[in-house]
Amino acid sequence: MKLYDYILSPSCYKVRLMAALTGVELDIRPVDFHPGGEHRGPELLTLNPAGSIPILEDADLLLTESSAMLVYLAAKSAPEWLGGSTADEAARVQQWLSFSHRLTTNLGGARLHEMLHRPGDIALLQTQGTAALRELEAGLVEQNLHGKSFLASERPTVADIACFPYVALAPDGGVSLDPYPAIRLWSRAIRALDAFIEMPGIHRLHELKPEPQIAPDDE
Amino acid sequence: MELGAMRNEWYPVGLFSRLNERAYETALMGEPIEVSVNADGKATVTSRSGRDLPVRVRYGHVWSSLGTPDKELFAIPEADQPGRRFVDVGVVRVRCSPLRAVENFLDIAHFPFVHTDILGAEPHTEVQNYKVEIRDVEDEVWATQVKFYQPQAAKSASGGITTEYMYRVPAPTCSVLYKTCPPRPAEWDVITLFVQPLAEDLCDVWPWMALFDDVTPMTDLIHFQQTIFLQDRSILENQIPRLLPLDPGMEIPTRADLTSVAYRRWLKRHDYTYGAQLVAQ
Repeated sequence: MKLYDYILSPSCYKVRLMAALTGVELDIRPVDFHPGGEHRGPELLTLNPAGSIPILEDADLLLTESSAMLVYLAAKSAPEWLGGSTADEAARVQQWLSFSHRLTTNLGGARLHEMLHRPGDIALLQTQGTAALRELEAGLVEQNLHGKSFLASERPTVADIACFPYVALAPDGGVSLDPYPAIRLWSRAIRALDAFIEMPGIHRLHELKPEPQIAPDDE
Repeated sequence: MELGAMRNEWYPVGLFSRLNERAYETALMGEPIEVSVNADGKATVTSRSGRDLPVRVRYGHVWSSLGTPDKELFAIPEADQPGRRFVDVGVVRVRCSPLRAVENFLDIAHFPFVHTDILGAEPHTEVQNYKVEIRDVEDEVWATQVKFYQPQAAKSASGGITTEYMYRVPAPTCSVLYKTCPPRPAEWDVITLFVQPLAEDLCDVWPWMALFDDVTPMTDLIHFQQTIFLQDRSILENQIPRLLPLDPGMEIPTRADLTSVAYRRWLKRHDYTYGAQLVAQ
């Protein structure tokens, strides 16, 4: 399975993270997105006329939408990540998968503007990003009231992986996560998953190391 | 804000290879400037008032100054050495003091915690003793005999090695790092951090490299360095105070911070204070 990948792209990271969590080995093909603009070059435009990455190739299958890639990886190797055991849960998975595209546009757009000089109305992107974060916070609080730690279910699904990267990297675009305790707990729960992998800007949880045990004599 | 002595220094303002006829609008220390290339392929830099600014094209980048530099742009002899590959890593904007960006680059102690499993790893957190000096003839800050255990020191490294470093600060917002070169032990890899000060708390960072590595694809070399720098970016944007404190009352340095101490002393000595905080608040 071949992934056309950019190490700093949150959308590419979704696929790398999902593959790690589901135990799928990816053949990574690095794309010179910045500064080279290779995703807009002839080779990649042939694969994906939209000129975006990631692109996932597996035999005859060619995917250019990251949510579809998450679903493919899960369906193939770890169906429990698909969620959807009830009508409610199936709908929530779809709701947040669609919602994740808004995060790409607003928080992702703000990040590209603030970090890599991409054009955009930064004030508008940040305002829309903040609105999306408030919606996500409300969704997580509602789930928490029902004893569920994740967006669609009591266990993580593709919906969480679709939303996590752009949210975690919101500060890169000048949007603070400080006002959102439920988002921070959720982010921590995702980063604590076995086989979690990091990307630049999303650090692993050093603090999850065992608490030091102080023997009574030392006190 | 007084620009002080930093007005007459050279700064990177763009990647030469990415210039086209359309002028690229950017800024130097609060002053808007335009960078373009003319019909003869020569880079030009003009201020908003239409003033032509001095230009150099060197180390993959276009360099300019708001004032009248009394020194030529610093030399990197390795840039003319045959067999090296030159890597234009590309710009990354950071909401931090340009001096903070350089200071972070000079720090070794954060490797295991920020660049985990690449430039450092616990429990190998000790910074061994090293030498720091302000060289009077060159008027540069140098740190030498810096040694650190690194799980993946370079794209060309396989497995952990103890890497040796030399750091050099030849200009207030530029640092050149010389590092053990895994495929050519007799040579040093050169990794630079060229920082363009946009404002006192905002900068564009242009990393550049001159490496001996005939194997690794160019895109992988770019991504390796972007990975490292993006791990630093979120830390840099959260440092407090935002300006680099030059007053010793603000922070308590440790032995591992010798390079930072010398860098701050050198900045103060030269009145390089754009992006610095002079009095502890």
